[in-house]
Amino acid sequence: MHEPATSETTMVSVAETADTSVVAAAVSIRGVSKSFDGTEVLRDVSMEVAPGEVVSILGSSGSGKSTLLRCINWLETPDRGEIHIAGDRIGMSDTGKPMSRRELAGMRSRLGMVFQSFNLWPHLSVLRNVTEAPIHVQGCSKAEAGERAMALLEKVGMAHKCDAFPYTLSGGQKQRVAIARALAMQPKVMLFDEPTSALDPELVGEVLAVIKDLSKEGYTMVIVTHEMEFARAVSDQVVFLDKGIIIEKSPPEEFFVTPKTDRVRRFLELEAPTA
Amino acid sequence: MSNWEILWDSRGVFLNGFYTTLQLFGMSAVLAFLAGCGIVFLLEGSRPRLRVPLRIFIDGMRMLPFLILAYLLYYGLPSTGIRLSAWQAGMIALVSYHGAYFAEILRGCRLTLPAGQVEAAIAQGFSMPGMYLRIVLPQLVLSARALIGNQLIILLKDTAFLVIITVRELTAAANSLSSTYFIPMEAFIVVIGFYWLISIGLEQGIKIIGRFGAKRGFNNA
Repeated sequence: MHEPATSETTMVSVAETADTSVVAAAVSIRGVSKSFDGTEVLRDVSMEVAPGEVVSILGSSGSGKSTLLRCINWLETPDRGEIHIAGDRIGMSDTGKPMSRRELAGMRSRLGMVFQSFNLWPHLSVLRNVTEAPIHVQGCSKAEAGERAMALLEKVGMAHKCDAFPYTLSGGQKQRVAIARALAMQPKVMLFDEPTSALDPELVGEVLAVIKDLSKEGYTMVIVTHEMEFARAVSDQVVFLDKGIIIEKSPPEEFFVTPKTDRVRRFLELEAPTA
Repeated sequence: MSNWEILWDSRGVFLNGFYTTLQLFGMSAVLAFLAGCGIVFLLEGSRPRLRVPLRIFIDGMRMLPFLILAYLLYYGLPSTGIRLSAWQAGMIALVSYHGAYFAEILRGCRLTLPAGQVEAAIAQGFSMPGMYLRIVLPQLVLSARALIGNQLIILLKDTAFLVIITVRELTAAANSLSSTYFIPMEAFIVVIGFYWLISIGLEQGIKIIGRFGAKRGFNNA
């Protein structure tokens, strides 16, 4: 069915002529810095996400992790540095000029984004929330988009609510629909920006279960989260940001059991005393 | 013959006026609403190019009494060589004046729309026009429906001003009958009935939008 890691979207890659023997990283972040009003939020951040890999970004609030995620799909524009999605640079065209809105929209549609506050469109039914972009951005037929949407809603356990409007749903249900909406664009990479932070504790589980399923299906995902046990269970790599710098990047068993830095040790003691 | 019978015999005059008012109102309402939507679209983005001129236009219209605008267009413009018919001048006055108000209503609602709504659309690859038309505008209309209904009723009543620049609408019909037969009381009571009729129609329309919005959890702004 949906295998965004392998299926080619309609976008034609032009930047892969140089070296085709190496598989391009799904996301490659190179030397990204970003300031807001003189406050440096990201300092020379570099990291790579391989196709099919699940990377969790951890850090205390204000460490820049959401900003980093939002730079990946250019919702925030980095001050310096480059970001490549499956080998193609986002935000800047090959000539070094800022991308046109249209080019940028094309790049963004390869990335699925799930927000902390769901951001479902309240005037549209659950089904229309999922089909809106495939129909009006990708140009899918209504029938095709509807079929795809129903399959995805089935996957996140929300098919029975397809005719409901968002305000009638619980937070967990909303977030599951938002995940289906992002998947409907058949993105190469899924970005999760604290997907469970706005949820009541008893609703967190259902959303995490959906994300866990996706990780088993081989989706490439970058997840900003505060859920330590979840990060430990789903991630291939854990990245720890502190004051805009990546101070640790390691597989979860290493990160949670034998952290290299005192900073991470202190963080883990505070956030996940049991871990 | 009673005064009411006189009016009944001249019902053709009323109906003509009513028809003209309906036309004026219908066309100017649609065009003014579209103008308002267009202006708010041009104000989208972090640094809209036309922000200053549009702001001046909206504030200019808001500080101007409607009657003065109609006077200016019909009696003032000919001195600059531009001659408009009464109907044209009336339409332009209604559309630009109420277009500015619709823009202001929608812009106010736009400011309270959560930024995440737009971000979700951008992240999904929507173009600016696509995002505005499919994600932003429907929400603005649903949450501003009561204000939009109010503005439509004000627009309807402003069509009556156009009698002064010789547009032959409903109020003009009543005016002429009242002075021909000297029956102002009856003539204007009938005219009130006609305006009331249109207002009731409007109210029904707004109610339908209201039900549509309520079903989606939109509260009245």
